[in-house]
Amino acid sequence: MKPLIRKLTDTFSPSGYEDAIRDVIRAEIKGLADEIRVDALGNLIARKGKGGTRLMVAAHMDEIGLMATHVDQKGFVRFAGIGGVYPRNLPGGRVRFVNGSCGVIGLDGGTFSNDLPPLEKMFIDVGASGIANHPIKTGDVAAFERPFLDLGDRVVAKSMDDRIGCAVAIESLRALKSTSNEVYFVFTTQEEVGTRGAQTSAYGIDPALGFSIDVTGWGDTPGQRDFDVALGKGPAIKIRDGGMLSDPRIVDWMIGTAEKNRIPYQREVLLGGTTDARAMQLVRGGIPVGCISIPCRYVHSPSEMIDYADAQNAVKLVVALLRPPIKLQFI
Amino acid sequence: MPSRTPALGAAQFRLLEKLCNAVGVSGAEAEVRRVVLDEIKSYVDELEVDALGNLLATKTGGGAKRLRVMLDAHMDEVGFILVAEDGEGLYRFKIVGGIDPRNLAGKQVVVGKERKPGVIGAKPIHHTTPDERKKPLAEDALRIDLGPESKIKAGERGTFAPNFQRVGPSLMSKSLDNRLGVATLIELLKFSYSNLDLCAAFTVQEEIGLRGAKVGAQHFKPDLAIVIDSTPANDLPMQFESENISYNTRLGLGPAIYVSNASTMDDPRLVGFMRDVAEKAGIPYQIRQPGGGGTNAGGIQRTGAGVPVVSVSIPHRYTHSALSVARIEDWKNTLALLHTAVQQITPALLRR
Repeated sequence: MKPLIRKLTDTFSPSGYEDAIRDVIRAEIKGLADEIRVDALGNLIARKGKGGTRLMVAAHMDEIGLMATHVDQKGFVRFAGIGGVYPRNLPGGRVRFVNGSCGVIGLDGGTFSNDLPPLEKMFIDVGASGIANHPIKTGDVAAFERPFLDLGDRVVAKSMDDRIGCAVAIESLRALKSTSNEVYFVFTTQEEVGTRGAQTSAYGIDPALGFSIDVTGWGDTPGQRDFDVALGKGPAIKIRDGGMLSDPRIVDWMIGTAEKNRIPYQREVLLGGTTDARAMQLVRGGIPVGCISIPCRYVHSPSEMIDYADAQNAVKLVVALLRPPIKLQFI
Repeated sequence: MPSRTPALGAAQFRLLEKLCNAVGVSGAEAEVRRVVLDEIKSYVDELEVDALGNLLATKTGGGAKRLRVMLDAHMDEVGFILVAEDGEGLYRFKIVGGIDPRNLAGKQVVVGKERKPGVIGAKPIHHTTPDERKKPLAEDALRIDLGPESKIKAGERGTFAPNFQRVGPSLMSKSLDNRLGVATLIELLKFSYSNLDLCAAFTVQEEIGLRGAKVGAQHFKPDLAIVIDSTPANDLPMQFESENISYNTRLGLGPAIYVSNASTMDDPRLVGFMRDVAEKAGIPYQIRQPGGGGTNAGGIQRTGAGVPVVSVSIPHRYTHSALSVARIEDWKNTLALLHTAVQQITPALLRR
């Protein structure tokens, strides 16, 4: 799965600009599903099976990024964030625009101050010396540029959030030779700007239940507190996050399946943040949802780290969940 | 193809004046809706006022393969709602929508269906201390003074007093946001576009959360939507020759095409289409700086199984104040861009 993770994280596709990553994923899943389509907001929807319980599995294919707001007279590009872009992760970093141009991020007043300015006081230097023939115009979109790094057990890349979820979904689709259910794998758009693609695709699919596959935070580096999730201890089964309470039946189903199949897992109680599952839960008359999380260090930085075994175990868990007939019952 | 192109003549300015001088604070848009209804009823095939008060009109095109295209312009404006009387015709109030409280003191207002005149009063300079004058007046420190016999009740709405003027190349009025958009959409409805079903939504309650557009889009279930709004131009020159890099839009540079804001990623296909249309037709345009804010596109995009959207706005200075300023040329070019673009919309535009 590492070459796939690399291919996915090497692709530049910030929220709203998912054409490139959709093409990559579409090529990967060709022949694996019974039906593949793209909906109005650009969600890539792959159906496997027909007639059983209708279920939606969402992994978002967009990544956070930057958008040019102005090119000044000296050729420096001012920008706004797309999704949760933290100023502290930017200075000295490099970005690549969807149109291929690259640049480095600088700060007003140079880099000698200890004070971290807001995004409005930063700029992208694309090597231009003025506005003549400038490669960037207002509205152009960029993402972090940072090479894929294989550390053996651990893998590091930009946009691991949520290309690792996409990789898990793709490999699950590949491994899921047959299913008793009607499963919709949805590679969603615009998650980072407000779980928008998941909302509209869930409306269109109208599933009986669903879950997202996304990254979560980590509690196992110095100074981290109040989060009992570590890299390498298995996929995390979400019980709650900042925007969603998983349906207890979904949690029980996931934990029961993991234990029965001897797949390591962790219980995730996340205080902030949310995933596509929140949007799915609130669509139409409401949908029971949960989430399988891949623990990920340094989320929303250019170097997001995951444990490779966690991703492999997530695939096992997803396949084990989706293969047999699913029936949720109220206790 | 329509036989004529849109022009701005005496009739259009009269209509804009009527729209701007109408009072339609979010949730109470009837006065604006009546003006629109009278103006468009002879041009459209279907007309409906929905449960929330949106005015929804359809012009059906011809041909088998045609898109349903929603054009949205919100009718409501920011204003006030009266909360309670303190006696003597002095009323406490809450702002409806977003108004900087610093823009309130000393402004003339009208309140209620009968448009009772009033003023948002403040202590005069004679009686304030230098320290007091340094601090902005908060909303809850201000009162609307309607006089002792106003007979106005709590819950009535008001806004800045009507004040439309045409001044040389400029338009000056309260509520240019978004009566300019409403006037533009009305003009478009006077043409026939055979390539599509034109679903015109004059929507309510935009200023308090894009509410009308969300249900309007559910009604139309469009294939794509174009939102016509009005956006701030923060384009005053900077002091000491430093470059203004956060102007949002600039007056006189043409319609502002959106790429993203806090509520929407505008569909890149539609953004590119708008740019191409403008460039080929020689219509000036500008890209509205990506950033915060929002338009009805944010509500429409997420209805049902999703709708590709783009916003096109007419820039104006001093948004959500007693008097905004726009340029006639920008209005003309916005109308020209939308008219030209709408004619060229085909299903191929949405191909992936």
